[in-house]
Amino acid sequence: MKRKEKLSWAGTGLFTFLCIFYILPIIIVLFNSFKKKAYINLEPFTLPTDKTFVGTENYLNAIDQYGLLEAVGWTVFITVGSVLVILVCTSMCAWYITRVKNRFTKGVYLLCVFSMVVPFQMVMFTLSLVADRLGLNTPWGIIIIYLGFGAGLAVFMFCGFVKSIPIEIEEAALIDGCSPLRMFFSVVLPIMKPTYISVGILETMWIWNDFLLPYLVLDTNKYKTVSIVIQYMKGSFGRVDMGAIMAALILAVIPVVVFYLSCQKHIIKGVAAGAVKG
Amino acid sequence: MERSIKRYLPIFVIPTMAAFAIGFIIPFIMGIWLSFCEFTTVTDATFVGISNYIKAVQDAMFVHSFWYTALFAVVSLVVINVIAFLLALALTQNMRGTNLFRTVFFMPNLIGGIVLGYIWQLIFNGILAPYGKALALNEWYGFVGLVILVAWQQIGYMMIIYIAGLQSIPGDVNEAAAIDGANGITRLFKITIPMMMPSITICTFLSITNGFKLFDQNLSLTAGEPSKLSEMMAMNIYQTFFGRVGWEGVGQAKAVIFFLIVVGIGLIQLRMTRSKEVQQ
Repeated sequence: MKRKEKLSWAGTGLFTFLCIFYILPIIIVLFNSFKKKAYINLEPFTLPTDKTFVGTENYLNAIDQYGLLEAVGWTVFITVGSVLVILVCTSMCAWYITRVKNRFTKGVYLLCVFSMVVPFQMVMFTLSLVADRLGLNTPWGIIIIYLGFGAGLAVFMFCGFVKSIPIEIEEAALIDGCSPLRMFFSVVLPIMKPTYISVGILETMWIWNDFLLPYLVLDTNKYKTVSIVIQYMKGSFGRVDMGAIMAALILAVIPVVVFYLSCQKHIIKGVAAGAVKG
Repeated sequence: MERSIKRYLPIFVIPTMAAFAIGFIIPFIMGIWLSFCEFTTVTDATFVGISNYIKAVQDAMFVHSFWYTALFAVVSLVVINVIAFLLALALTQNMRGTNLFRTVFFMPNLIGGIVLGYIWQLIFNGILAPYGKALALNEWYGFVGLVILVAWQQIGYMMIIYIAGLQSIPGDVNEAAAIDGANGITRLFKITIPMMMPSITICTFLSITNGFKLFDQNLSLTAGEPSKLSEMMAMNIYQTFFGRVGWEGVGQAKAVIFFLIVVGIGLIQLRMTRSKEVQQ
């Protein structure tokens, strides 16, 4: 017993060390974000000293010159809006095509499954043309694109869950005089809450971090997401402001870490659930 | 019941289907059609048969990117899954702090590809600089860098799936084997791994398709440097569309080839690991 206890403590020690090592890259970026830009490439692994410390200058630069706060705002808007629309629309669609069985609904289901395996490169060029033609190149329009391109996985996951709901509950509600729409929102939706959380988390992770789709669809002169701003900082001609990039990286990571720490139980459950079905 | 809800089709299904048509079905069909056309915008498309496909497979850089991507997908698949599996085994043991450790290992997964690329670019260039080298100087530095980056990102994700798999193995099977005298290693290979095959199927499927589809990380870490040698398939297609005027049709043909490769590899992989799954 004694020996086992010791072994367990040794494991805890080893993993504490490994974990610190694992998040080291983020820590290195964090302290580089407080250095003068000229020193970042020269000595990336040293802590800021009196000579190299600049305070919040890099952060102010990133916000002032590159419109980073605005980009964070648009990214939040696009992510929250798209995820809400996806959750409501695809769960309704999934419930309908599971409950009404005919050739059309079967076809819809198969198309959704098929769309999950198609890589984005296959449709990116034509999708950007279609979006442009229909005037969907705004943060409001891109929500429709995300609903369309994200529908496959969401419908698939909701269908898997709807199949496990006993149909008698819904029938009882209908016999009591509930309209199907009201029945969906007050009976089916509460039962599916765990699936809503799983799908919501998977779609949030995808849309928040997505780069290529908003880059091609959005009118990037007017609207940028965080990933687009960072890519612009590095890719634009002239001198690259390493300080501002470090600050932008940190500002892009902070919301993710806060989101993660505040609902990590759901995130980990959602990932496990999504993987088993996907 | 079916009859009473049937007429609600427009409310329940049409919004999703309309968006699905705009976001997927129409672009997909147009994409297949345009891969047989020459065009710069859709209105001036003229049918040219399979000449785009011929140009695509004759493009030496496209073929190079295929082999580079395939090698990357296989190497990253092995690295990610071996480490994730070992971590899952360790973090399901009786040990203090396992929940905290799981939290930490999973975190990089939530960071976007572009951000990841620039974080690691700083680290790798910082390590290489004292030797007078840089990521952009050699395609194999970029290759190793991408493997490390993707491993850092995805190990936590796969670990979570493996942990869920490990926890679903009934404890009495292992106990019975232990009483019969099987040691730890034997139990791992004869009981744990066979019973974990469903999780292994999912994780290897995800990591090989992710490997093939990698774009953001590739763009931000190396951007194809030196001279497009570290360009992977997704990025080669992107550059063909937007970097070469008049090559849009070839880009679309490459995209169709890419799509078929991803689907083909996914199916082969599923068949290979599914056949090893056992009934619990």
